[in-house]
Amino acid sequence: MVDGAVTEQTGVSTIEKPREIPEGWEPNVLAFACHYCAFAAADLAGVMRLSYPPNVKIIRLPCTGKLDHIHILRAFERGVDGVFVAG
Amino acid sequence: MSVLSQSTKRGSVLIVGGGIGGMQAALDLADSGFKVHMVQRDPSIGGTMVMLDKTFPTGDCAMCMISPKMVEAGRHLNVDIHTLAEVTSVDGDAGDFTVRVKLAPRYVDADKCTGCGDCELKCPKKVLSEFDQNLGQRKAVYSLFPQAVPNTRAIDASQCLCLNDPDRKRCRLCEKACKAGAINYNDKGRELELHVGSIILSPGLDRYDARVRQELGLGRWKNVVSSIQFERILSASGPYKGVVQRPSDQKHPKKVAWIQCVGSRDNHNANPWCSSVCCMYATKQSIIAKEHDKNIEPTIFFMEMRAFGKDFDKYVERAKNEYDVRYQRAMVSAIREEPGTGDLLLKYASEDGRLITEKFDMVVLSVGFQPHGDAEQFAKTFGIETNEYLFAKTSPFAPVKTSREGIFVTGIYQGPKDIPETVMQGSGVAGSVMAMLAEVRGTEIVKKELPPEKDVTGEEPRIGVFVCHCGTNISSTVNIDEVVNAVKDQPGVAYVTNTIYACAQDNQDMIKQTIKEQNLNRVVIASCTPRTHEKLFQETIREAGLNKYLFDLADIREQCSWCHKGQNEVATKKAIGIVKMSVAKSRLQEPLQSETVGVTPACLIIGGGIAGMTAALSLADQGFPVHIIEKDPELGGLIKHVYRTLDGLDVQEFLKDRIGAVNEHPKITVHTGVEVKKTDGFVGNFKTILTDGSAIEHGAIILATGGVEYQPTEYLYGQTPNVITQRQLEKTLAEGGSPGTGKRYVMIQCVGSREEPNQYCSRICCQDAIRNAIAIKERNPAAEVIIVYRDVRTYGLREDYYKKARDLGVIFVRYDVDKKPQVEQTGSVIQVRTWDYMLDRELSLTADWLVLSTGLRPHPTTEHVGAMYKVTRNPDGYFLEAHVKLRPVDFPSEGLFVAGLGHAPKNIDETVAQALAASGRAGVILSHEHLAVSGIIAKHKRELCMSCLSCFRVCPFGSPYIAEDGKVSHNEVKCMGCGICAGICPAKAFQVNNFRDDQILAMIDAAVESEPGVVN
Repeated sequence: MVDGAVTEQTGVSTIEKPREIPEGWEPNVLAFACHYCAFAAADLAGVMRLSYPPNVKIIRLPCTGKLDHIHILRAFERGVDGVFVAG
Repeated sequence: MSVLSQSTKRGSVLIVGGGIGGMQAALDLADSGFKVHMVQRDPSIGGTMVMLDKTFPTGDCAMCMISPKMVEAGRHLNVDIHTLAEVTSVDGDAGDFTVRVKLAPRYVDADKCTGCGDCELKCPKKVLSEFDQNLGQRKAVYSLFPQAVPNTRAIDASQCLCLNDPDRKRCRLCEKACKAGAINYNDKGRELELHVGSIILSPGLDRYDARVRQELGLGRWKNVVSSIQFERILSASGPYKGVVQRPSDQKHPKKVAWIQCVGSRDNHNANPWCSSVCCMYATKQSIIAKEHDKNIEPTIFFMEMRAFGKDFDKYVERAKNEYDVRYQRAMVSAIREEPGTGDLLLKYASEDGRLITEKFDMVVLSVGFQPHGDAEQFAKTFGIETNEYLFAKTSPFAPVKTSREGIFVTGIYQGPKDIPETVMQGSGVAGSVMAMLAEVRGTEIVKKELPPEKDVTGEEPRIGVFVCHCGTNISSTVNIDEVVNAVKDQPGVAYVTNTIYACAQDNQDMIKQTIKEQNLNRVVIASCTPRTHEKLFQETIREAGLNKYLFDLADIREQCSWCHKGQNEVATKKAIGIVKMSVAKSRLQEPLQSETVGVTPACLIIGGGIAGMTAALSLADQGFPVHIIEKDPELGGLIKHVYRTLDGLDVQEFLKDRIGAVNEHPKITVHTGVEVKKTDGFVGNFKTILTDGSAIEHGAIILATGGVEYQPTEYLYGQTPNVITQRQLEKTLAEGGSPGTGKRYVMIQCVGSREEPNQYCSRICCQDAIRNAIAIKERNPAAEVIIVYRDVRTYGLREDYYKKARDLGVIFVRYDVDKKPQVEQTGSVIQVRTWDYMLDRELSLTADWLVLSTGLRPHPTTEHVGAMYKVTRNPDGYFLEAHVKLRPVDFPSEGLFVAGLGHAPKNIDETVAQALAASGRAGVILSHEHLAVSGIIAKHKRELCMSCLSCFRVCPFGSPYIAEDGKVSHNEVKCMGCGICAGICPAKAFQVNNFRDDQILAMIDAAVESEPGVVN
């Protein structure tokens, strides 16, 4: 059984214990960015050749107001380590 | 009106200067049926605004605002941009000009160049960057700034090693680096002949060279910089990447001083005019500097704080109270560097006259504007008159018209001004040109013929993926073959290939060919950012018969190869992830049809003052029926009580002339004594019912509701006949009143302005006072005028009249808001007591007349009209425009525009310019038979909707509405596709096309699949 899951028998959730962070582990981050500002800023970072860790990918939204709870929940459910919303 | 007939008029327009004013005019004209040629001296359009970091008073990023406009102008089918170009001659007359243009060699073939920048990386020659104001470097082959439009490099012939070698054998590294073969060392430039109906001059500005003022030490002391250099220092894309540091030693400065009026308001060794923007940009720079580094202690040395624009005084108050910016009223007489430290010693006199020497770490000189060095020749080339300072000569009643018919002016070439006023004039000239060339609208524009769209409904996805090398920009970091291999087995992918430059013309043809050969029904291109290239590729696939929304762009350059250089393995892995995410979205893409709605080509204008009438005449001349709604029994508005402009023109004559023209115009219907009772509809299709029961159908609305004067209650007004307002004095003077010898007029400024609850400048009162004071002194020099003021705000070229008043002997005495003048009456004598800061003691003045400079207020109807049209107002009650910088006459809801005092206090010339701008913006809408609705909008499923009204409350555009059955419906015409409704809807009744939840979830899944985290 995975910690934090809801047990089928009892329906009671257990609180996940903090894990040890493995050596050299890098979080997998998913970013949601507004087309008009944060996505543009990410572009500018590239144009200026500013370097940042590659373990972040960006999903473009027409506005961060479009962001839905299910997007964030799905990301964590699938094992993303961090969600970054910028707009 | 021109006498030329239709057959000789041209439906195209030349715009000289590609700054924000020229761009606004270009887009308005090109969007409404005119062909535009834009001539720009620099290798890129953008002008001055692109150099700015942020803008006042909102702190918005300048580049983020202007960049989409540049891209739009650059991609517009009916805007031809000619860079490195200058006009050499103009022949012909209004309606049909022949213009010769000389294009300097670029040495880079714009048709072949893809803008990848490989040449620039290889170029060995480094030179000082003029864009970064010599604080940074660029190469000899360069682009002016990263977001340049056109995105084509240029070679600086004065610096290039090859071009300076007579045999052309040296270096040639850029030629070798360019995979597209775009470098051409033999470029000779060329000449163009253009035939246009009208010419718009928007050449922009030059800045005062502060090195002339040697005592201030620019160019001598390293830590003295000009304000434009400081903009570049603040900019995240500037030479110091936004870190505030001293040029001499890269130390973070603590005490930073701004010195105002460098090169402005100085008759002796600089320019006599006020540059209008420096007080505000210094305030902005001090705030932003402090936001970058909280240890900075800013001091602004100034003569008068000219925060005369909308919400400017509030901004200055915030700077003082929230950012601890110190405003020191003093002129700095000299700056000396302290030997060894690089610190600067400033000498100035404090307000009580003591000489002070104060040490600062860094000094910013707030340099003013001036016309370009070749302004005299420029005016000659176009055959227009200038004023004595070489700005284009215009009248306050026609602020965008030059002396030569058919040639118009916008921006700083007409006089110093800030961005929104430049944009207003940009739309204003567009409106004027639309009126002048109304009958040839649509005659010279290019339209694209497209093949019929292929029906792909029901087909399984057949996605074609094109992975771009971008020369070596992507391929030197990302292994393209690995990306190709990784996506070829993805579900739905029918074809994968790589391409050297996806955007190059030959590869575009290849993509179109492949779509047909492989029978593709979706396309993913993995290359650069959708912000610049999505539209291009969408057009490409549309030309191949695919719906343009069956496309997705995977950004593996800006957001991958460029920022992960040297990390090839991980960058490749990330690129694979990004492409897989796009493919996942692409699988779920559906063709989208853009709906169109018809447009009723008529305009409703609320308010029959000078703004309403000016807009009406311009639109009527464009050929559209106009209805003016005026609640008073007659036209005229507030201007009925104004007699002379500051420069002495007859306002009543002008008003009479306008009213006559409005009444005679066959296209204008005036409804007086009525108000709007009910209004309904959306852009292109409004219906308005008036209080007299008449119904009007129209496609656009201009709110020109105007303002009223504040009725004072202070300073004994209303209690004694000798206390009057400037307006009452003006009337007496206009009626021939002559001031008696020895009579003393005391004027008090800012009555009802610049104090809570009306913390704003009414903008016109300083000039009213000065105009009346000059009139008094001119009629009887032996009459006395004393103006008791807070800051004299005679901005721009109005400064001349401030000087004239002083020369005529008008006395100016400053007061502070916490030490206001005291007025008492004993018998028939009025006594004004005020503190004199120069003498450092109280003054007691006996006044024969006490004249109050009363401020402006929005018209009381503003509240009602605002509520009816669901447009917001600022805390002072003025209408709030869509964007304070770049959309100064628009409202967030399309089809609604604002002009005149309802927007903010302003002068007659500014009201006329804004009214013309509103007519230009409305003309863009009304000139279309149909308006296309974007495909990227929210779709509403009524069967899922519970009418909880969440969407109704949050939508910024008012597109959800309550339908007749009492349930929520959605007006797709108003929708801008932001998707806030979709985010908030608990029933998921809204989905945004191409950003549907299933598509976003598929992207999330794909992102994780390519890079699973640590899951046990």
